[in-house]
Amino acid sequence: MSEQFNLEIVSPERSFIQKNDVTEVVVPAFEGEMGILKDHISIISFLKPGIIKVNSGNEENSFYVDDGIVEFKDNILSILTSNIFDIKNSDNIKIQEMIKNAESDLSNEKLDDQKRFIISQKVEVLKSLNSN
Amino acid sequence: MASLDDLKKRISSVKSTQKITKAMKMVAAAKLRRAQESAERGRPYSEKMNNIILNLSSGLSDKETAPKLLTGTGEEKVHLCVVMTADRGLCGGFNSNIIKKAKAFFKKLSDSGKTLKIITVGSKGNDQLKRVYKDNIIENISFKESKNANYFDADKVGKLIIEKFENKEFDVCTIFYNQFKNVITQIPQEQQIIPLKINEDETKKSEEFYEFEPDEDEILGNLLPKNISTQIFKAMLENSASEQGSRMSAMDNATRNAGEMVDKLTIEYNRSRQAAITKELIEIISGAESL
Repeated sequence: MSEQFNLEIVSPERSFIQKNDVTEVVVPAFEGEMGILKDHISIISFLKPGIIKVNSGNEENSFYVDDGIVEFKDNILSILTSNIFDIKNSDNIKIQEMIKNAESDLSNEKLDDQKRFIISQKVEVLKSLNSN
Repeated sequence: MASLDDLKKRISSVKSTQKITKAMKMVAAAKLRRAQESAERGRPYSEKMNNIILNLSSGLSDKETAPKLLTGTGEEKVHLCVVMTADRGLCGGFNSNIIKKAKAFFKKLSDSGKTLKIITVGSKGNDQLKRVYKDNIIENISFKESKNANYFDADKVGKLIIEKFENKEFDVCTIFYNQFKNVITQIPQEQQIIPLKINEDETKKSEEFYEFEPDEDEILGNLLPKNISTQIFKAMLENSASEQGSRMSAMDNATRNAGEMVDKLTIEYNRSRQAAITKELIEIISGAESL
């Protein structure tokens, strides 16, 4: 009981998930994966494209995110993201499309290095999702 | 006095208009519920976003190096106004209220010698503004194809604004939209989004220590453009709820007025029918008497 904290994932259109029995969350923070447990220090960070893993009780869920902001405070973890979906019910056609879009973005010469890095990350993650 | 046939025709035409307005009211009511729901669902996101920005900016040590989106360019010469209206009419004072608010603001700007640039979102606003401010409108965006307000569209507008800001095309950005209060009242709003206005009272409340990864400046730099899109999205949601609310009450009024008109016309029709009968009777009686 004491190891649990609250998780809230919101997208602009709705509140995506709300849980109060989460034991561990792993987020793809900008500077590397970050695992968050109860009583973590207050932190604000932002995400790169990747997988959020949520451990709660005896189930584990994974979500794909494009980008987002993470805030942890008083044992409440809030994740704001504009594009998120559950990996369990993702469909391959949509992922293919996202890969195609991202790859066409990559071919844009004017991109700066940071954006290029983020988009290539995205392609990588999506491709690994697809092969599973 | 109009003939009986004419009255009959008018009654039936008013009745069919009433049917249309009634149907529109029903549709607006159904859409309003959906729009209101999505406006409510969207609220946590923008609130959270606001909170994080407040926390960040109050903890900002060096104001000099802070992102320009937060502090502004240091000048206030060129104003960009984003006027958000509906794509469709027949919704009471909805569109014209925003336009009125915006025009008052434009006048204030031009009186103080500022340069004005306008982006219109929604075709109705463009229609009304292009008569007077044709040269000031630099962009006209319309989302006629998308059924509901979605974040993707808002992001497009946000990115456009940020691109223009980075090209130093303007110093201050203000958006105009209708805030949904209830079905009868919608309040036209002007909201400055660049540089961001921070409510001083709220800033004092949050004296939290955070760890930042990477550093504050980078997070702010990443967050502020997102906040612009979020604000635009919020305005779009409020707007779509307001539009439906406004249309609903306008159509409700129209239906009621049509009902009154039908009643009046029916009375007139019955009176003239009676008068015609009385006249005929008198003619018959006086004809019989004269025999």
